[in-house]
Amino acid sequence: MSEIKEVMFNSDRLATDEYLVNMGPQHPSTHGVLRMLVKLEGEKVLNIQPHIGYIHSGIEKMCEAISYPQIIHLTDRMDYLSAHMNNEAVALCVENALQVEVPERVKYIRTIMDELARLASHQLWWCVMGMDLGALTTFFYGLRDREMILDIFEETCGARLTVNYNLPGGLMFDIHPNFQKRVKDFITYFRKKLPEYDQLLSGNVIFRERTEGIGHLSLADAIAYGVTGPSGRASGFSNDLRKHQPYSAYPLVKFNEIIDHRCDTLARYEVRMKEMHESLSIIEQLIDNIPEGDYAVKMKSVIKLPEGEFYQRVETARGEFGVYIVSDGKKNPYRVKFRSPGFSNLFALNKMAKGHKIADLVAIMSTLDLVIPDIDR
Amino acid sequence: MTQDELKAYLLDKFPSAEITLGTQYVQMIVASADLHQTATLLKDAKETSFDYLICLSGVDYPEYMEVIYHLESVSLRHVMVLKVRTKDRVNPAIDTVSDIWITAKYHEREVYDLLGVHFNNHNDLRRLFLEDGWGFPLRKDYVDEIRIVER
Repeated sequence: MSEIKEVMFNSDRLATDEYLVNMGPQHPSTHGVLRMLVKLEGEKVLNIQPHIGYIHSGIEKMCEAISYPQIIHLTDRMDYLSAHMNNEAVALCVENALQVEVPERVKYIRTIMDELARLASHQLWWCVMGMDLGALTTFFYGLRDREMILDIFEETCGARLTVNYNLPGGLMFDIHPNFQKRVKDFITYFRKKLPEYDQLLSGNVIFRERTEGIGHLSLADAIAYGVTGPSGRASGFSNDLRKHQPYSAYPLVKFNEIIDHRCDTLARYEVRMKEMHESLSIIEQLIDNIPEGDYAVKMKSVIKLPEGEFYQRVETARGEFGVYIVSDGKKNPYRVKFRSPGFSNLFALNKMAKGHKIADLVAIMSTLDLVIPDIDR
Repeated sequence: MTQDELKAYLLDKFPSAEITLGTQYVQMIVASADLHQTATLLKDAKETSFDYLICLSGVDYPEYMEVIYHLESVSLRHVMVLKVRTKDRVNPAIDTVSDIWITAKYHEREVYDLLGVHFNNHNDLRRLFLEDGWGFPLRKDYVDEIRIVER
């Protein structure tokens, strides 16, 4: 007893030491196989060292041995939540290299599918974000609504996640006769549901206390670390490629690039929430005006790119995705490099979480919206 | 700046570099000894202000290894491609740019991991995806022992 008393009143003996904790590769909040070596002092995070490569699949190496239409099938295994945008990036890169102009109809459908994929991705992010902070209900709300988009995907191209809907030169199939009606039904439905999302999580006191002022990433740091997408835009980094380097039907639609200057976890949350409204409005502008025409242009059965280097940037749900193809004129590329948004975003985590509590690290990681196969490739 | 203006500006500032108008972006190939100084100038000069490193990739060509930097200026919205080459395949080494663009620190680790290019003055050059002792899979002479790619 006397020993305990002595410990309680002698503050020197209560001093904490720095220690290392392995978070992952199987930690639920990493949503995949990401391992972080976290240096802690008590509950305070001193340093984070991400260790990646647990799901490295050598996609870039595999691409060197296969043809361009086949590469598209590998790209949706990277960021599976932005599968459609990844597919489109390769398709656009090949089309630009061959100077193929795709029909207007293809551009419209691609843009609508892009935004549906972005919505589905943000819905999953939202429900998982709530779950990471201990609000399990959000998970059911988000997945319930995401299901409707996945059903539309399934009806259109037969797959729910790895869609493979794009081909160099157009699309794999035309849209289903039900497509427009279902998308419009979904918009009406989801417009009513979005305020519910805000009621459930955005206004929650515990949620706001845990996100406001947490995980500050300044504009200069966001640019230096190459943090793109909603995470970068929440730091005031204007990087929406749909605005700056418009592709497909984006030049034809009116929408706002959501930028926030608060730089914290809440800002990153709110940027994504507002982006969902923008996505709905983009789809609304296009869905009734899909022009008639072919859903693909006829390409040669063996696609060979001219010698040279081609780079294509698209905006996925996570940020800037880039495809860099070096071609030596054969049917398979000489080298392919994928610039994945998650890779650059992940390494800003140390900067953001340093000095915060370990529970805040989970919240910060949630707003980065990491998809591990996208990082490891 | 438009692509032509950018090309003219770079030709004026870096007479020793090889500057061409590529298919999409202005390309500049610098000698590996000049890389760090050139990169610093490209970032700091008001006219160019390339403050955002989009993508850093490595390619293994038959005669040389090449590291490619895709750069963008956030304020001026122009894009260029900076390239540096090394002929040494046994101990390829070029200077790091991680002190200029922080994100390069991790992209360089990836290039080191997959292509075996060493980056001088990099403060944490470890393998990123693969174990120590693994070969460099993106080199063209890599032997794919577990037959991941070739069947």
